[in-house]
Amino acid sequence: MPNTTFDFETVARKATRMRIDIIEMLTAAGSGHPGGSLSAADIVATLYFGGVLRYDVAHLDDANRDRFVLSKGHAAPVLYAALAEAGIIERSELRGLRQLGHMLQGHPDALKTPGVEVSTGSLGQGLSISCGMALGMKLDSAPGKVFCLMGDGELQEGQVWEAAMFAAHRKLDNLVAIVDNNGLQIDGRVEDVMSLGDLPAKWRAFGFDVIEIDGHDIEAIHQALTTPICPGKPRVIIARTHKGQGVSFMEDQAKWHGNAPSEEQGKLACDEIRAKGGDCSCQ
Amino acid sequence: MSVEKKATRAAYGETLIELVEQGHNIVAIEADLSGSTTTKKLGEAYPDRLVNVGIAEQNMTDIAAGLAATGRIAFTGSFAVFGAGRAYEQIRNTVCYNNYDVKIAPTHSGITVGPDGGSHQMVEDIALMRALPRMRVLVPADYASAKAAIALAAKTPGPFYIRLGRAAVPQVHEGGFELELGKAYVLREGSDVTLAACGIEVAQALEAAEILAQEGISAEVIDMVSVKPIDVDTLVGSVAKTGRIVTCEEHSVLGGLGSAISEVLSEVRPTPTRRIGMADCFGTSGSPDELISYFNLDAESIAQAARELVG
Repeated sequence: MPNTTFDFETVARKATRMRIDIIEMLTAAGSGHPGGSLSAADIVATLYFGGVLRYDVAHLDDANRDRFVLSKGHAAPVLYAALAEAGIIERSELRGLRQLGHMLQGHPDALKTPGVEVSTGSLGQGLSISCGMALGMKLDSAPGKVFCLMGDGELQEGQVWEAAMFAAHRKLDNLVAIVDNNGLQIDGRVEDVMSLGDLPAKWRAFGFDVIEIDGHDIEAIHQALTTPICPGKPRVIIARTHKGQGVSFMEDQAKWHGNAPSEEQGKLACDEIRAKGGDCSCQ
Repeated sequence: MSVEKKATRAAYGETLIELVEQGHNIVAIEADLSGSTTTKKLGEAYPDRLVNVGIAEQNMTDIAAGLAATGRIAFTGSFAVFGAGRAYEQIRNTVCYNNYDVKIAPTHSGITVGPDGGSHQMVEDIALMRALPRMRVLVPADYASAKAAIALAAKTPGPFYIRLGRAAVPQVHEGGFELELGKAYVLREGSDVTLAACGIEVAQALEAAEILAQEGISAEVIDMVSVKPIDVDTLVGSVAKTGRIVTCEEHSVLGGLGSAISEVLSEVRPTPTRRIGMADCFGTSGSPDELISYFNLDAESIAQAARELVG
């Protein structure tokens, strides 16, 4: 039940639209995380609008659905932008991000927001939750997959590797982990704060099928996300990305991890995204 | 009170098997302690119903959450210091924040873990769990009550903490006992002092009531198995009659049953109170019986607190 078939132009247009939404909602909110939302925009757009993630807007709790776990919950705006674009939440909700009395919380809350698979925000937990889901779906012979998007800084959490061991041990080939490998965390470069070493080798050593891609190349993302499973092996897609991708003054700047743009910066950013992305009018 | 002793943990694996056989979609998740917690027998009977994650309690808790997200009733075991302590933030942000059907049921809590020593004797777990929104906290006194607590948690949606123990304890409830959430049970009526206890301290409180009776002091004994939600009516009704209360728990006096009762009564009906429990200290190695006396959690210590209140 894929919602769309892969159409590069459509996905690119959605990604552009989502980037504008991310900037606009964060500017209105006055706080939040633009850098890691923008770095993940092409990945999330491909999942939702490239015919990868199987979901039914009218039956979000369908047991046969695929599940998307945003383990790097601080990138909530990218998820909210996708949910609005998919018609799961009203577009008008985006303006209420992080405001009292509105559904869009600073970090995703599954009890408040339709389409949020699980509340996240405490780093390092999403892969474990995804493993539990993937195992449950296997035990139920459900056809779906679980896609879990993590940050690279997040991999410093030891629990991620507890989950990785579990996934391989239990042969969870319906699990696809995605690392948004933008190389930055709040305190600076991942390599300076706490280096991760040889990431592909680490995941391979933990028993994963590893695919490395450019995380802003939508065709490469789509190909990686739709590569037939490697029977008996969980998969990780290491997506090299740029924090703040699409907004030149934010790109590869750790200071844009957790700071919202001002009105003026927001306008500059949206103008640049529009100029690069071309027509992104809602379909 | 029956003289035959049995540990509350003995109820765990076998009750889960019964619930599976009644058609409940139960799964138990363990962190390499399935023999100690008794879920091993569940795995032997129904291999798909036991998931062992190895020595990784944080992962255990979130795997349970993910399994609950696929429609299962997930029980996590381990020892309280790990299953509740080490995994606290997973319980908070994933289990409770999502309101998942996960039941935290560690089988080794309190000082009666015994010879393993203070590192393994969790005396802060009720405080930790009680503070969590959406969490319900049950501290059964005996085997029959533990069976009832496990069944109640399985049949009631949302997060639960069930505090089980390793030490063999006397039976204070009849077999087939059914537990009601938020209800306290008056096990012995009295008029001079209320002894409100949970877990293994219920048997000690009953013994204290016997000692006090010989001295002409009439003690009412209440099993406060449902620490959260707490039975305000039963508490207030009892102290309206006795005017004094001794709280008894195998847990720190900070944040546990004594705190919960003091919070309620100080607002609703201020009552002279003594709290029996761990006096803001860690445990130490010893046999369960030795430790209960050493840390003044025994019947005589409870009786002494009651005497002081009665004056």
